[in-house]
Amino acid sequence: MTKFNFEQVNDLYIDVLKEIGNIGAGNATTSLAKMLGIKINMSVPNVQLLSIQELTTALGNEEDTIVGIFLELEKDVNGSMMFLLDLKSAHYLANHLQGKPIDNEADFDDMDISAMKEIGNIIAGSYLSAISTMTQLVITSSIPYLTIDMAAAILSVPAIQFGQVGDNALLIETTFGNDTTLSGYFILLPGLDSYDKILTSLGIEL
Amino acid sequence: MGQIIKVGMADFKVGRGPDIVTTLGLGSCVGIALYDPVTKIGGLVHIMLPDSTKIRHNSNKAKFADTGIHQLIDEMKKLGAGESRLVAKLAGGAQMFEFNVTNEIGNIGQRNVVASKEILGKCNIRILAEDTGLNYGRTVELYCDTGDFLIKSVGKPIKTL
Repeated sequence: MTKFNFEQVNDLYIDVLKEIGNIGAGNATTSLAKMLGIKINMSVPNVQLLSIQELTTALGNEEDTIVGIFLELEKDVNGSMMFLLDLKSAHYLANHLQGKPIDNEADFDDMDISAMKEIGNIIAGSYLSAISTMTQLVITSSIPYLTIDMAAAILSVPAIQFGQVGDNALLIETTFGNDTTLSGYFILLPGLDSYDKILTSLGIEL
Repeated sequence: MGQIIKVGMADFKVGRGPDIVTTLGLGSCVGIALYDPVTKIGGLVHIMLPDSTKIRHNSNKAKFADTGIHQLIDEMKKLGAGESRLVAKLAGGAQMFEFNVTNEIGNIGQRNVVASKEILGKCNIRILAEDTGLNYGRTVELYCDTGDFLIKSVGKPIKTL
């Protein structure tokens, strides 16, 4: 039986989870910046307790077309991780990685999709390894899955996962980007029963 | 002019011609539109999961195909719709990511569609049309004047069911 539930989320837990987001996203942002040879900033992580209905609008309009990269988490921590990018940012990343003209906005081809999945792999790897080191938990991820569609349709996937166990979702979200073209989100969505492990591994009494 | 009535996730709403009842960005969820052509009363429920009896936290009826459809029928009857005249159109139930379909979440879209049809069958409600499955999101609009069910997807022409 898990001790943690979303009704008893308090400021201490939120601070700890923000630190998780900070270290994970910080490491991921560094990897991405190195890979692309550009400067990328990230925001202070935002930890939000939302109803599952709010999850689909947490990041903008339901009908905005975005690129969603999704990875399932396995081993000690279950749940999922997502990277969401607007179309302009996705083109920018794919072009940059493949040495294409930076303003190329032709429809994504197979190579663009592969390039973005590879970005997903690398940032998930660095995000999760940072958390693993911090918590001493083993966390692995599935291969990245990618889709380009309406934000609400993409976010319905984690909403349904949370919907199976309750009516709330806890979202650890960090914005990354540069001053001009690039902006996106890292989102970590641990499953309900993973919070016990994450919090106790960091010495928090539940 | 009718109103545009927006239905959220795990939510339902009812309208009357010339209202338009809509829900945005259905992914693996299913939108079930019910319509009474005589009174022009229409309703739309946006369900997320197939079966309320399999889950402990099941207080939100509109979240599940079984309880959601029954709740919608009840609400439409209260407004004066005739249960025997109701017809259904459905959309959604996509598989948004190419997961391994053997896991529970992987094929949740398909399971939502199957469960919705089963419930409609038990209620003797005829399904006139559907646009379900595949791998893309859908915004739907039910026109209570005509019963037309419009489906909009990214990069695809608008469909009318």
